[in-house]
Amino acid sequence: MRKTTSSQDFIRGIWNENPVLIQMLGLCPALAVTNSVANALAMSAATFFVICCSSVLISTFKNLIPHEVRISSYILVIATFVTLADMMLQAYAPVQHKELGAFIALIVVNCMILGRQEAFSAKHNVFRSLLDAVGTGIGFTIALVMMGGFREILGEGRFLGYSLFGPNFEPWVIMVLPAGGFLTLGFILLAMGFFEQRKKAKTEQTAEVSS
Amino acid sequence: MNENGMNTQDKKEEMAAEESTVAESQDTPVTETVSTFRLVATLAIAGALAGLLIVLVNQHTKPIIDKYKAEQLQLAVYEVLPGVERYNTFYLVNDALSLNLPDGAKESEYKRIYVGYDSANKVSGVAISRGESGFQDIVQVIFGFDPVNGKLSGMKILDSKETPGLGDKIFKDLDFVNQFFAGPETPLVAVKAGAGKGKPNEIDTITGATISSKVVINIINNGLKEWRPVIDQGIPQAPAVSADEEVSP
Repeated sequence: MRKTTSSQDFIRGIWNENPVLIQMLGLCPALAVTNSVANALAMSAATFFVICCSSVLISTFKNLIPHEVRISSYILVIATFVTLADMMLQAYAPVQHKELGAFIALIVVNCMILGRQEAFSAKHNVFRSLLDAVGTGIGFTIALVMMGGFREILGEGRFLGYSLFGPNFEPWVIMVLPAGGFLTLGFILLAMGFFEQRKKAKTEQTAEVSS
Repeated sequence: MNENGMNTQDKKEEMAAEESTVAESQDTPVTETVSTFRLVATLAIAGALAGLLIVLVNQHTKPIIDKYKAEQLQLAVYEVLPGVERYNTFYLVNDALSLNLPDGAKESEYKRIYVGYDSANKVSGVAISRGESGFQDIVQVIFGFDPVNGKLSGMKILDSKETPGLGDKIFKDLDFVNQFFAGPETPLVAVKAGAGKGKPNEIDTITGATISSKVVINIINNGLKEWRPVIDQGIPQAPAVSADEEVSP
């Protein structure tokens, strides 16, 4: 088995295996709560907290958890931290909590988090699991804020609540509606696919030239 | 350029490695069976710890959450009852208004209204909070009215998941909201914007959000229908200053 280095653990989640844009995990919150940057940030913060705490805890106790009940244990740990995040958001960011509504509780079933526990934390030490979780969390944040920014700018003419275009801008209401989420994600994936393909073609070209 | 190629190779190797570890670990239980007791114990201990943690945090956050909700409600009551000095909460107990609940009763199970008093300690307005199905989900509205002539004094949306950009105009479109503060007579009648005949009980609905606007109007009409008979029986005299609600806006 070829070991990956710590920095690769960290970078992987942010870019090469970005949970939303490459692995296509966690799409439910990515589509549902990205109608504004503030909501996207609150959602990312809650998810970040949950994935980091769960990864650390599960990699610490990985040898104590019997194989047969590992998934139940992971869900138990994740659900606990989600409940904590839910209560803390409600106490300290009530406005955002109201906007996000049921989607906070639904972090429990975000495959991205459970996937990282099963694929990584259960097999690696605490430090690397934490790095992996932080990387994945940042990757998730980047994807959500990107979508939130796109949708808020076009849909309301604002960014983080600040008006950008003045009163003459006619907002594209569809962008803040659910349909806008699918459109935005589609266009972002299209752009990423386009660049990926171009990069590939270039690599092949240089390979041909050098040979 | 080369980096990309290496990473895909990395991925493949890692996936292969992961597969092999999964296969290995699936084999181990056959040779070394874990007792059912240990499985149950693991989950029980983990569950107990999780419960403990949640209780601890809940004890810390619940007062903050309750305080915030109470503050929001208080602000809303003063907003829909302009010119009110203080208010009392009356509960509907056995079809009559009462300041106190029966012994051992749960507060959340009783319907309630908020009665506002002016500086001369006379009843000057009543606020009612009510929710009904809107376009997406329950729309929760609080509205105030004068129990003597039935005119509305204000309306505020407490909770709504109406469509952003369209239905949410019921609280973002101030032209719509201000109609409720202009003292319309009740029961309200919904009219298409600009098609009204200038009657004192007409409310212009929002273009593109007709359903949501009508929901707000229905909530107010139904709320009045339900509560007017109770209020007309008379609001019991309340002590001049009640200890916990003497806070002014």
